[in-house]
Amino acid sequence: MTVALENEVDAAAARAAAVARPSIWIRLLRHTSVLIGGSIVLLMVLIGLCAPLLGTVPPAQIDPTVRNKKPGVEITVRNDDGSTTQRTTLMGTDSLGRDIYSRVMYGARVSLVVGFAVGAISIAVGVLIGLLSGYIRWLDGFIMRIMDGLMAIPGILLAIGLVSLFRAGLGTVIFAIVVPEIPRVVRLVRSVVLTIREEPYVEAAVSVGTPLHKILWRHVMPNTVAPVIVQGTFICASAILAEATLSFLGIGIPTDTPTWGNIMAEGRQFFRVYPHNILFPAIFLALTVLAVNMLGDGLRDTLDPKMSKRV
Amino acid sequence: MASNHPVLEIRDLSIALPKGSDRPHAVEKVSVVINPGEIVCLVGESGSGKSVIAQAVMGLLPKSLPVTGGEIRLEGEEIAHATENRLRELRCVRMSMIFQEPMTALNPVMTCGDQIDEVLRTHTQLEPQQRKDKIIRVFERVSMPDPPRIYDSYPHQLSGGQRQRVMIAMALVLEPTLLIADEPTTALDVTTQAQILELIKDIQRDKNMGVLFITHDFGVVCDIAHRVAVLRLGELVEAGPTHDILSRPRHPYSRMLISSVPSMLPAERPRHDGARTVLRTEKLTKVYGGGGMFQKARTVRAVDNVSIVVRQGESLGIVGESGSGKSTVARCIARLIDPTEGRVTLGEDDVALLPQRLLRRHRRRIQIVFQDPYRSLNPRRTVGESIVEGPMNFGASRSAATQRARTLMETVRLDPDALDRYPHQFSGGQRQRICIARALAMEPEVLIADEAVSALDVSVQAQVLKLLDEIRERMNLAMLFITHDLRVAAQVCDEVAVMEKGKVVEYGPAADVFLRPQHAYTQALLAAAPGRDWEFGKFEAA
Repeated sequence: MTVALENEVDAAAARAAAVARPSIWIRLLRHTSVLIGGSIVLLMVLIGLCAPLLGTVPPAQIDPTVRNKKPGVEITVRNDDGSTTQRTTLMGTDSLGRDIYSRVMYGARVSLVVGFAVGAISIAVGVLIGLLSGYIRWLDGFIMRIMDGLMAIPGILLAIGLVSLFRAGLGTVIFAIVVPEIPRVVRLVRSVVLTIREEPYVEAAVSVGTPLHKILWRHVMPNTVAPVIVQGTFICASAILAEATLSFLGIGIPTDTPTWGNIMAEGRQFFRVYPHNILFPAIFLALTVLAVNMLGDGLRDTLDPKMSKRV
Repeated sequence: MASNHPVLEIRDLSIALPKGSDRPHAVEKVSVVINPGEIVCLVGESGSGKSVIAQAVMGLLPKSLPVTGGEIRLEGEEIAHATENRLRELRCVRMSMIFQEPMTALNPVMTCGDQIDEVLRTHTQLEPQQRKDKIIRVFERVSMPDPPRIYDSYPHQLSGGQRQRVMIAMALVLEPTLLIADEPTTALDVTTQAQILELIKDIQRDKNMGVLFITHDFGVVCDIAHRVAVLRLGELVEAGPTHDILSRPRHPYSRMLISSVPSMLPAERPRHDGARTVLRTEKLTKVYGGGGMFQKARTVRAVDNVSIVVRQGESLGIVGESGSGKSTVARCIARLIDPTEGRVTLGEDDVALLPQRLLRRHRRRIQIVFQDPYRSLNPRRTVGESIVEGPMNFGASRSAATQRARTLMETVRLDPDALDRYPHQFSGGQRQRICIARALAMEPEVLIADEAVSALDVSVQAQVLKLLDEIRERMNLAMLFITHDLRVAAQVCDEVAVMEKGKVVEYGPAADVFLRPQHAYTQALLAAAPGRDWEFGKFEAA
């Protein structure tokens, strides 16, 4: 310590305070579930990004001659110029002869985009509304009643309504999943803000004349980050599931874009005969959701120790 | 239990701290002996290991703090390495503990009677009626009004002092030979504290118990202890009879600690009669409550017609117990809350009922330093950012504000290069200095210290008080000093206002209030102050 000190008692306390805690990144990397969850999520992101390089064929390419092949079967594909190529199907083909391996690899894109987008949008909107609701008391009752109303809307029903009003597509699906998630974020942020606004450092900022927007931005919001990040990962996981559910029900992403949900929907009717059609996308879906949840648990333990004891 | 063993004998006790702590041992080679009928005080500042010793005796140490050496003997029986079953048999029967916070130490969903009944059911074979009689008797013993009502009361229905009495009753119901009291009066008001101390002393004499009393307050030591052990950073610095330690401490640390205790006699201070009035409140009132849509209006007058005057260069102390409204006065003046009625005149301007928009201009004129140094600084901003924030809000450039922050760091005796550190890298006393620097950066006319030294250890407290007084004098500041500690008020205040239940009951120069108190409440407060008759720091030649 270079801080000038007047007496050694305080010096000892200062030394104790200065004992370095390992930085947040090191602590995160030491956490097993962060490590495992993070690696799997990273792997999925890489798969999504590099899908064309992973020995895939165009996922929407229909070939009626090789319908319903089981995994590992050698198939002959007739190319446009009349020549043929031999290929082994890693995960078989579906009832239209599309290659499931390719579809699963490309499907990672939609799942991750939906997961991250829903997480980011609902956090961004939720934090903004939560800050206002928690800090500005007269807005609180009004905002919270609207949020209660939003929470009462069942997500799937909202999605069906939106799809029938607009076109089914990525945007509609994201919007339909985001709407019911926002109130959850708002409630979380509001409860954190309610405790932070009473902290003396916030009062100190008020008494040095800091304008409202700076108080919210500098003093209140940074201290809500930890629980919000944690909540964000859980929203991400549930959004991936929700998208799969919507696609499975046929009200999500149109079938020409492969998603894990609509690959499974496709395989549903022949499930007993050709289980691989559902099995492989299901494995990827389960693995991704598990990984995101593990990442969330680990983040919670590291960033927000109080919360981890509570749950 | 007649035996020629001491009640408690601690020999060379060492307890390790987890790896990566600032020192290897929480407690190192500490020896303390308590004989029957003796009260021994463990005194020390925070981090001295005094509570760890109490936990070790009760067998309540967390696994991360293992006993690594030495022995603890309860009436001759080694208990430092006793099994959990044996410890359970001993607790309450032969040794009991009372804690600092009586609200959290009692289970809120059980009646007080049931909680003590549980102790008796576990350790005795008594019939239900016998148990109830015994509990009523012990409630009587701890001077509870209406014991049958207390028996059926839940903890939240009792006052802090009554709860602490329930804790004591629970600790004493099986007449243990050793009572451990871990800061039992720290959370209580001074008048209640005096009663509880009297009660502990009385029962101890009556039952010839040994008491291990843990405190940081030398006033309490002076009132209660037969012998004292001074701890510092886990090591025993000095031990001996109370009178010897207080009047002839040998170790420099004990000397420093004891002479840091502020005196009850008001200091001689120059008068500020002709000075300009900076702050004046007239009939300041804050009413809380008001019913909701479906509730009847219930109001509390937290501050009731308070009129005070602070002149330039003068410090006014507002003293009172918890709930007296002293902090509410400060927060109304700083406009952190809105007063219900009355005037707060700052120079020529009445700011009491100004809307936020017009108020901002006046914000810089009143600055406040809060009680809790650990929560007063935003943990996610460097202390430099915290200090320059205010001036920059009022248009100062970053470089000018930073330059000023460096000067202020020197004013509060901290290294200017520490500006880019985060609050968690500082001790409590240092953080409080930073908060003072932040307030001074605004060049205020009035500085409010709201219990600003209450959370600090006594030696650090003395330094911060000295610093505040110097700054007031050098910058000719008007200072409003909110405190529950009469000793602090006696040392740094020119005038003192005593508050009770929202009203100012006595108001005058510090010397008059302390030496010739007029109001009955002031007299009771002064009479209850622990160690009021002892002049700390006037040492006899060794």
